[in-house]
Formats: sequence, structure tokens, C-alpha cells
Amino acid sequence: MSKHVTGDCFITYPDQDQVLENVLENVLTFLKSRRDRNAVALVCKSWYRTEAYTRSEIFIGNCYAVAPQRLIQRFTNVRSVTIKGKPRFADFSLVPLDWGAHFTPWVVTMVTAYRALEKIHLKRMSVTDDDLTMVARSFPSFKELVLICCDGFSTGGIATVVSGCRGLRVLELIEDEVSDDNVDWISCFPVDNPTKLECLSFDCVESAINFESLEKLVARSPMLKKLRLNRYVTIGQLYRLITLAPQLTHLGTGSYSPVEQQENDNSRVSDYVSAFAACKSIVCISGFREIAPEYLPAIVPVCANLTSLNLSYANINAEQLKPVIRHCHKLQVFWALDSIGDEGLQAVAATCKDLRELRVFPIDAAENGEGPVSETGLLAISVGCRKLQSVLYFCQQMTNAAVIAMSKNCPDLVVFRLCIIGRFRPDHVTGEPMDEGFGAIVKNCKKLTRLAVSGLLTDRAFSYIGQYGKLVRTLSVAFAGDSDFGLKYVLEGCTNLQKLEIRDSPFGDLGLWSGLHRFYNMRFVWLSSCRVSQEGCLDVARQLPRLVVEVFRRDEDEGGERSDYVDTLYMYRSLNGPRADAPSFVKIL
Amino acid sequence: MDHNKSTLNLFNNIDLATELRLGLPGSDDHTEIKKSLSGNKRSSSEMGSSTCTQENESTFSPPTKEQVVGWPPVRSYRKNIIQAKKPEAEMGSGMFVKVSMDGAPYLRKMDLKMYKSYEELMKGLQEMFKCIIGLYSEREGYNGSQHVPTYEDKDGDWMLVGDVPWEMFVNSCKRLRIMKSCEARGLGV
Repeated sequence: MSKHVTGDCFITYPDQDQVLENVLENVLTFLKSRRDRNAVALVCKSWYRTEAYTRSEIFIGNCYAVAPQRLIQRFTNVRSVTIKGKPRFADFSLVPLDWGAHFTPWVVTMVTAYRALEKIHLKRMSVTDDDLTMVARSFPSFKELVLICCDGFSTGGIATVVSGCRGLRVLELIEDEVSDDNVDWISCFPVDNPTKLECLSFDCVESAINFESLEKLVARSPMLKKLRLNRYVTIGQLYRLITLAPQLTHLGTGSYSPVEQQENDNSRVSDYVSAFAACKSIVCISGFREIAPEYLPAIVPVCANLTSLNLSYANINAEQLKPVIRHCHKLQVFWALDSIGDEGLQAVAATCKDLRELRVFPIDAAENGEGPVSETGLLAISVGCRKLQSVLYFCQQMTNAAVIAMSKNCPDLVVFRLCIIGRFRPDHVTGEPMDEGFGAIVKNCKKLTRLAVSGLLTDRAFSYIGQYGKLVRTLSVAFAGDSDFGLKYVLEGCTNLQKLEIRDSPFGDLGLWSGLHRFYNMRFVWLSSCRVSQEGCLDVARQLPRLVVEVFRRDEDEGGERSDYVDTLYMYRSLNGPRADAPSFVKIL
Repeated sequence: MDHNKSTLNLFNNIDLATELRLGLPGSDDHTEIKKSLSGNKRSSSEMGSSTCTQENESTFSPPTKEQVVGWPPVRSYRKNIIQAKKPEAEMGSGMFVKVSMDGAPYLRKMDLKMYKSYEELMKGLQEMFKCIIGLYSEREGYNGSQHVPTYEDKDGDWMLVGDVPWEMFVNSCKRLRIMKSCEARGLGV
């Protein structure tokens, strides 16, 4: 502070540094993007400090990359925390149970430092009921809990959150494994009328719900916009709920079938139609867990405004889809089962000109000769939906021609994930590998950041990916490639690669070593059932001390030395060194 | 970057013809794939060539339907939900039995023909009810678990699942019930 004497009084002016810091602080409140904030933090110490002080949203892409203590030391005013845990292949049973990603050390630490915490968002973490209790008791301003693909907790844990967090606005349980300990959690919401609840998603909770309590809750929640029911809610119950909540914008319809298989009751259908007609704000519909297809047309009144339709649990055919989809002109996101067939996809292509995201899941996971969707459906979509940005397509057979066509028709593709279920399947018309198809995708889709490949692929496919996939950040490979060159092309060529997950492909130590210059710039590398050896992995660990190199077997109870190859290699950069909570079957080199 | 140079040399020095494998990656026990993919293998002379074309593979024979873990990459959650709803048209060839679990309010239906062994059935049950059934042993039944699977046979008797050969079980099982182990005394548990 500099002081000047003017007449009879002192006037103190804050010095320049202080002014700058105040200005910076104010400016930084507008800065949300974490990449921008990371850049700001690098300018100088003063900026680093101010940025740390003003960052209120934290994103941690790998829970083992940094320790909770370090987090609270650097960032002191955090309101929102997002943490991701297990690698994605855990979804497909490739990570043993008890591998890790425990939320406990995080919550225990945050409780000491973040009294004002409002939001917790977790993906693929193990969360216990005790953790949830701690959340319920320790954060008086808590508003939002979002758990995606998490496990380890029960309905009892949900109950403690729901009763303890009086200001709860958002409770989203998405694809979690929730064990049922018979707790009537829906009755545990405080009796406040009105509640502050804006969003309630529990479609993954596999246990019955107290409908009476749910109905009362919805009735006293005028701010409720998103409601996603589980399959224990019948269509009759759904009808009552949407009648109470016509202001909903996002609806998960539960089972979408009646309690018993009744005779086709026409009067009921028309009731449902009017109920949906009253919901003028619905833009997103999902659910349909046990759909009685004759009731599907009841959603027609809302179709004109729909931007997102998720029928991926609905076993319906093209004829059942058409009367509904032809109204969905504004649809941007469409998820479905392949039961709709190529014909169903053609119907989508004919109407949904604004489609941005398509996901087609297989109803039958077996490797068959033919399936209900093929290159015909993909081609139709590519021709009809030129604005497509994201594709996930499961099929039994595919051709290069269709994939090449998609690469040209849909240049805005950001995510392209094609899963030809039959392993090593070539183009079924020409008999050639699928190299050219995927090559065209990386070449023509200049915005592509995420790619998943399948079918018969040689090293050539990977040379294309390395050559053209300069923006690719996530790459998933399974049962593909010929040699270490494949991996080498990718690691040397894809300069923006962050996440690499590979299974059952002939890549070995040489391929692995060609990425040494990149691993510190990546979030993780996963290689399972490939040909990397223990020594090869050890070598990487020695050369890159800040890389945590985990080696484990998928099924720990297979005894005896299998071979020279490592079953699973999972490695990631970390400021924290080897984790202390690694179970006995995980070796950290 | 020295390391890069040396790896490049390594690549130049290896004899590609012998390095490249013809079989499946790590064709050991862990991938559990039978070697029925002979139609797909390319001869070594084509390896390393600039074009990788093949004979017309229109006579592709899919691999045997061995279970490959985690393939296709559909979340197990999704797989279960969909499998549990096989279309009613298949009922003629299926063998649907009612399954109840103590404590669960709703009964389920399960197609026994979808499973080929007790192991698969246990997995299916565990995933359907999110419970842990534990390991079966002839002497001790289901030890150390909270839930015990039982079934009603043709004679109307309640039996412990696992005692008789699988085929015999499938043919005589009328319905299933997962009991709490504390109530399963008297079945020789």
C-alpha cells in the first residue's frame, strides 16, 4: 500500500499488484473452461494463486492421477467436483472386482476442506453407503449428485442422501449397480412442499418403488423437469405421474407396459395420448424397459418437439417404429435396438434430417452370419442424416463401401464407433479387410476425435489412422491388426491421442515402446490379451517414472503362470506415484 | 529421442515373416476362442505387402459361439435386460420357469434353455436379482452366502439346485426360488 499525505488526511492507494489481482479475480469468474484455466495458471505465480482461488469446478479424469490432499491444497473454493475412476473396459467385465477407484478417500478429504460443496459427479467409481452418508451429513449446501456406472452402494445409501440433503435439486443414478436392501428410499425425501427437486433419475435401480410416495413427491415438486423412472413403474402409474407433472422436459417412461397383459384396452390408450398431449415441454424420452408396443403411439403428441428418443431397451420392429418416428422431425439423438432393422433405419433417415447422434444396439449378442441391421441401414442413415456427428453401430456384417459413403456424406462426424460383432469379419461383399472403410473415415471426417474399429483389419488400417487421425483423442481397438507396426503407426501418428484401449490384438513390446514419447501426454493406455511381456512393461516403467504401470490378470482365480505375456496392462500418468490401495492381484511395476 | 532410433533399428532388423503371427493373438486359454477361424487366415507371403487383398470370403464361417468375455462391447447391464425379454414368439422352444427371490416383490421368468450349465444359470440368477449365491459343493451345498437357489421338481418337492446333472435338472424343474440361507435348513444346506 502506498500512502500519500494530502492536506490533513492520509489517502491510501492499493498498490498495483493488488489492483491487478482484484481485476484478475473478477475476470476469472467468467472463465469456465478448464483448459483455459490451466493456461492461466501457467502465467506466473500470482496468476496461479488467483486461478486456484477462483476455480470452483474441478474435473479429475483419472482418480489415481492426483491425490485428494493435493486437490484441497491447491483449490480452496470448490463447489463442484467431477471424478472418473475405472477404465472404460470395466463396463465389459475386463477389470476384476475390487480393482479400485474408491470414492472414500476423496469424500473423507473433501469433507475437511469443501464445506460449500454443491455438486458431486462420479463415473465408474466405487461408492459405499458410508460415503453417501458422509455426503449427506457434511455439505449443508449440497444440491446435485450424479452417479454414472458406479457401484458399491445400496438403496439405503440413496435414502441417507435423499433425507440428509435438504436442498437436493438433482439426483441422477445412471447405469449404476445399486444393491437392494429393501429400503423405501423414495419415502425419505423431506416433506417440504414445494420441494426444490428438478431432476430425479433412477431408471437403473432394480428394485420396486413405493409408488404412493413417488406420486406425492412428484405432486409437490413443481420445479421437476427431468424424471426417469425404473422398470417397476407401470404405464398406468406413468400416466398418473405425467398428469401431475406436465412441465417435464425429460421423461424416462419406466416399463411402459401394464401390470398384467390386458386385452387391448382402447380407452386407456386414448387417455395416455391426452396425457402426453398435455406435456408440451417434453424434448427427451427414454425408458420403455418392457414395452407393450401397442402403447408406443401414445407418445405421438410429443414427437414433433422431441430432440432425443431412446428406444434402446424396446424390442420393436420397423412397423412399430414407423408411426412414431415419422413425426420426429426435430430429432437429434436416436438410440434403438437393431430389432428395428434396416427398414427402421431407413424410416429414421427419411424423417430425421437434423439427426446428430445415432446408437444402434444389438438385441442378440451372439456372433451370427446375418443380423437385422447391416450396411444398408448405415448407408441409408448417411444419405438421409447429413448432419450426423456421433455414431455407435452394432451389426453382424458391413462393407467398406457403406463406411466410405458415410465418411463422405457425413463430414461432421466427431465420433465413429462401428462394432462388427463377428470378430475378424471382412467386407462381406468383397471379402477384403475393412481397412479402406476406416481409412476413409479418418481421412474425410476432419473433426473426428473418437474412433472404435472392428472387423478384419490389417496394419494398413492403423497406418491410415496414424496418418490422418490427427485429432483423434480416443481410440478403441479389438481383435485387429497384424503386427507391432499397427501400434507403432498409431502411437507415432496420432499426436492428440489421449486414451488408447486395445484388446486381443497382436501388439507387443516393440509397438508399446514406440509410444514412450507420448505416454506422459496421455490419460491412459490399456492393452489386454495382447503380446506385451512383463519385461517390456518393466522397461516402460523404468523409463517413465511418472507413469503408473499396472499389470494384472482379469480372472484372478486362474492359477499358475499362463505365459510370457501380460494379461492386462493399464498405465496412466500420475502425480501421486503408485497407488496405495492396489489389491493383491494388481502388480505395479 | 534416442530410444526412437533404436526401436526403429529393431523394427528393421526383425524378420517380419517370422514375427507375424498367423493365429489369434495369444491363442492360449485366456481368450477362450476355438481355432475355427481358419477361413480368415492369410498366408505369410502376403504379409508386409502393400496391398492386403484376399480371396473372396463370402463363405465366411463365424467362430463357434464360445463366450468371449466382454465381447461384443455391450454393457452387461444392457445384455441382461435385453436377454430377459426374448420375444414371446420364442416361448414354444423355450423353457420358461417362474423365479422368485425371498424379499423381492415381483416374480421373474427365466428361460432355462438359455443356459447350458449350472454355472451359467447361477450367473444369470445373480445378475437378475443382484444377489450373490456363492459356490456349490456336493457336501456342503451353498456355503457362506446369504442366498440359496432351490427348485420345485416334477413331484412337487423343493430341492437344492445343483445336486443332479444339468440335463436332469432342466427337465424336472418347474419353478425356482432363491431362499435366504437362514430359511434353507432342512434342504441339507
